[in-house]
Amino acid sequence: MKKVLIYITLKEGVLDPQGKTVQHSLNTLGYETVREVRVGKYMELLMEDDASIESQVEEMCEKLLANPVIENYTYTIEEVVTL
Amino acid sequence: MKFAVVVFPGSNCDRDMYHAVTDALGEEAELVWYQHANLADYDAILLPGGFSYGDYLRSGAIASTSDIVLQLKEQASKGKPVLGVCNGFQILLESGLLPGAMLRNKNLKFMCHHEDLRVVNSHSMFTTAYADDEIISIPIAHGEGNYYCDAETLEKLEKNNQIIFKYENNPNGSVQDIAGIINKEGNVLGMMPHPERAAETLLGSADGLKLFQSIVENWRKAYVTGA
Amino acid sequence: MLQAPELTPEAIEENRVYQDMGLTDGEFSTIKKILGRLPNFTEIGIFSVMWSEHCSYKTSKPLLKKFPTKAPHVLQGPGEGAGVVDIGDEQAVVFKIESHNHPSAVEPYQGAATGVGGIIRDVFSMGARPIATLNSLRFGNLTNGRVKYLFEEVVHGIAGYGNCVGVPTVGGEIQFDDSYEGNPLVNAMCVGLIDQKDMQKGIASGIGNTVLYVGSKTGRDGIHGATFASEDLTEDSESKRSSVQVGDPFMEKLLIEACLEVIHSDALVGMQDMGAAGLTSSASEMASKAGTGMEMNLDYIPQREENMTAYEMMLSESQERMLLVVKQGREKEIQDVFAKYDLEAVAVGKVTDDKQFRLLHKGEVVTDIPVDALAEDAPVYHKPSKVPRYYEEFQSMTEYLPKVTEHQEILKQLLQQPTIASKAYVYDQYDSMVQANTVHAPGSSAAVVRVRGFDKALAMTTDCNSRYLYLDPETGGKIAVAEAARNIVCSGAKPLALTDGLNFGNPDKPEIFWQMEKSVEGMSEASLALHTPVISGNVSLYNESNGQGIFPTPVVGMVGLHRSVKDITPSFFQENGDLIYIIGETKAEFGGSELQNILEGKYFGKAPAIDLTIEAKRQATLLQAIQDGLVASAHDLAEGGLAVALAESLFAQKQLGCEVTVAGDVTTALFSETQSRFLVSVKQENQLAFEAAVEDTKYIGKVTNSKELIINHHHQSVIKEQVENLSALWKGAIPCLLKSKA
Repeated sequence: MKKVLIYITLKEGVLDPQGKTVQHSLNTLGYETVREVRVGKYMELLMEDDASIESQVEEMCEKLLANPVIENYTYTIEEVVTL
Repeated sequence: MKFAVVVFPGSNCDRDMYHAVTDALGEEAELVWYQHANLADYDAILLPGGFSYGDYLRSGAIASTSDIVLQLKEQASKGKPVLGVCNGFQILLESGLLPGAMLRNKNLKFMCHHEDLRVVNSHSMFTTAYADDEIISIPIAHGEGNYYCDAETLEKLEKNNQIIFKYENNPNGSVQDIAGIINKEGNVLGMMPHPERAAETLLGSADGLKLFQSIVENWRKAYVTGA
Repeated sequence: MLQAPELTPEAIEENRVYQDMGLTDGEFSTIKKILGRLPNFTEIGIFSVMWSEHCSYKTSKPLLKKFPTKAPHVLQGPGEGAGVVDIGDEQAVVFKIESHNHPSAVEPYQGAATGVGGIIRDVFSMGARPIATLNSLRFGNLTNGRVKYLFEEVVHGIAGYGNCVGVPTVGGEIQFDDSYEGNPLVNAMCVGLIDQKDMQKGIASGIGNTVLYVGSKTGRDGIHGATFASEDLTEDSESKRSSVQVGDPFMEKLLIEACLEVIHSDALVGMQDMGAAGLTSSASEMASKAGTGMEMNLDYIPQREENMTAYEMMLSESQERMLLVVKQGREKEIQDVFAKYDLEAVAVGKVTDDKQFRLLHKGEVVTDIPVDALAEDAPVYHKPSKVPRYYEEFQSMTEYLPKVTEHQEILKQLLQQPTIASKAYVYDQYDSMVQANTVHAPGSSAAVVRVRGFDKALAMTTDCNSRYLYLDPETGGKIAVAEAARNIVCSGAKPLALTDGLNFGNPDKPEIFWQMEKSVEGMSEASLALHTPVISGNVSLYNESNGQGIFPTPVVGMVGLHRSVKDITPSFFQENGDLIYIIGETKAEFGGSELQNILEGKYFGKAPAIDLTIEAKRQATLLQAIQDGLVASAHDLAEGGLAVALAESLFAQKQLGCEVTVAGDVTTALFSETQSRFLVSVKQENQLAFEAAVEDTKYIGKVTNSKELIINHHHQSVIKEQVENLSALWKGAIPCLLKSKA
């Protein structure tokens, strides 16, 4: 089994009101070194081993998990160690 | 004229849309469950508001992957009127029938109240009963109605007169105050405000009724001989 | 996952483990007597939740008996998921209020969200379509950072859940007082509409019939929620976060549609939601009400987590689950309806004839308890009651008379008090219009929802001024009911019945129990006088934090009927030239008033007096005048008195003003909170008819188009201000407090 970790973020240039609000709160709490916050989504998929796993993940991201108009995605694949 | 109101799991303005057509407009409508519909049987297709699939992942995203969207695309390509309101608009965007995407409202909160809209283009099949620049009061109710598109898309929307409604006082941060747009062909309208909630004066405004009347009038002109 | 083995029955007794679950030594020995043996771990868990205050009302039962619950139009009183009232045309309105205070104090978003979900299930489990929700909220003062967080998250939670399920949030009320600082109140009310022939009950009748489980899978969330709700909130409540359930409004929406489709099948016998105490209470109550028994095999319960024990499954409060009893052999018909919505209806047991509640798990009988012992035989306590010293002090005080010189300044301060200020910041986040029936949205005295297809509408409100209840629970209890009825009448409807959300402190303290007793007595008397029986309700006790009880807060949720949509009356002024009247005389009554709060920073003295005979008569007269078409607008006089009511009557209209003249002591005229008063406006052509129809009314001035609020006294204006300026203060107060640093 493989664990796929997918990170989805808003594209550069798309306003992220949530990120701005979080940044503002952090600054208010005294963390003035924080210059920017971007809030995204994180998903974990548990998938069966398959030679085409990478192309499958990319297809899923393009088709459903991310909206290419506003979002970018990256992913990593980990081996799942079962005891 | 016969309207289909497509019901997805989580749609919640489906009955409102149905009653706006049957009670206020006096036309025929049917609630059709997304798995059982044959959209070819109807003269116009309405995608109601709500939270299809809980709006989990992104508003409208999961509904836009269902089979009925293929039928919807086919019917739209034949020139049939398609109206998506609120979550229906989001489904049209996610399925690529209209350009752009929705972001969360700029204040990050759901908002529900009447907004004044300007009818920017009164020549579409959805707006002929309005005058150009007419100001109408229509309720909004959404958390993700902040319309976004890139500069190139916006230029096209403007050039082709695809922007139909604009907010007078932009509540959510939408690009260019956009509240509703049509496709290039002019038969698919997506809008965040709810015209079906503004179909009776008892409920505060009947300004939305003209939108439905426009659809009927233009359909009659096009399809009913002698009308 | 490895698990510690469960304690043996002997170890439970020896180590008094039952005490940790909230059972007393006496209750434990009763349980032993009932069973004729020692209970095992699952059984003791089951008893502990069923005998908690939340499920058994063991403390409040003797008091609740005092409520009038019957009337010819009451089709279902307390005891089912919700009460049911006839509204003619073979239709009925179904409603109930419920608290979710303790979960909301610990995890405000989910606590509030699941509160809304639970009360909606109570209503559709009766077979009714939920058509509206309202919320009654109490918080500490918004100057405190933690309170701001609780407030914002509770509102988000209500919005997040309510908006998604497609039930409009049409009204409610919010008050702020220090006594709620560590223990906010979140009471949610749901109103449903039903054709009388579709009425369902939560019963498990018909020996051999099948028990179906539908909805979300069972997880370990919310275990011991019902007992949690029956304890004081302490510092370590934060660590009880695991007790808080997470809501899935999408699942709820599917359940609503599927269940409302299933009620049309005659294969359905009974239906109940799994609320507090989850599977345990729904199953045992359904059997107990039908006089049957029930046997379930827990191996079939859909489980979200691995290796769940019988104890965990029976005590889980996972949300969005329903239990159905269907006719044997006709399971498939019901299962097919749920399948359309991608919901699985799983057969988990059957109705038996031996009146036992029997559970099997992994081939063993893990529970075997007489069903009535759980639902019916819970102990009832008659707690000692004692008049608190503070009350005696307040009663012996001379009348509190505030000294005010700058009346205009005081009005501005009053409008900015969070309890009075505009709540638009809150209700703008709620979808108040979905279902397209909302005639009066939040912000009116009562919300109004029309009944589609009929020339009638329903008015609904929640009210409770707990400051009066603190000063004098009996009088305050009467006022709470009367005020709710006043709001209903002002909207043009006839009050039908009420649901009560009783929120009190720790009843083991005799002074708190006294508050409960007196509140209930006052409410009962007012319910009788105003013909609004109590048809459902909820009790939430132990609302204390750090040893301090909350103000007694028995929230009244009331529903009324407009006999025609023509009777729907706005609560704000309509047109230039309309005549303004006050109904009822004004006395110097400032105990518990908003003015006392501003000037003294605390509440003391006597609550305003109320005469229920006068109240009933005035309400009836006003309603008649409205039905006769004589009234343009009606507004009850409440917190802040006449001056605030006049201002509020102008805020909805941008173009209007008013000029009125008051007599007598000016502070009293403007700010007293004397009860049983109304502010109405009347078209000039109706002047004679109105004055003839309504006694003890006084003309005070006119609606103008000056956009100014002018109040004169002895030929001088004591208040003269642009409505726009007052409105800006009123609207800006809550957003401004939230933005300011704590």
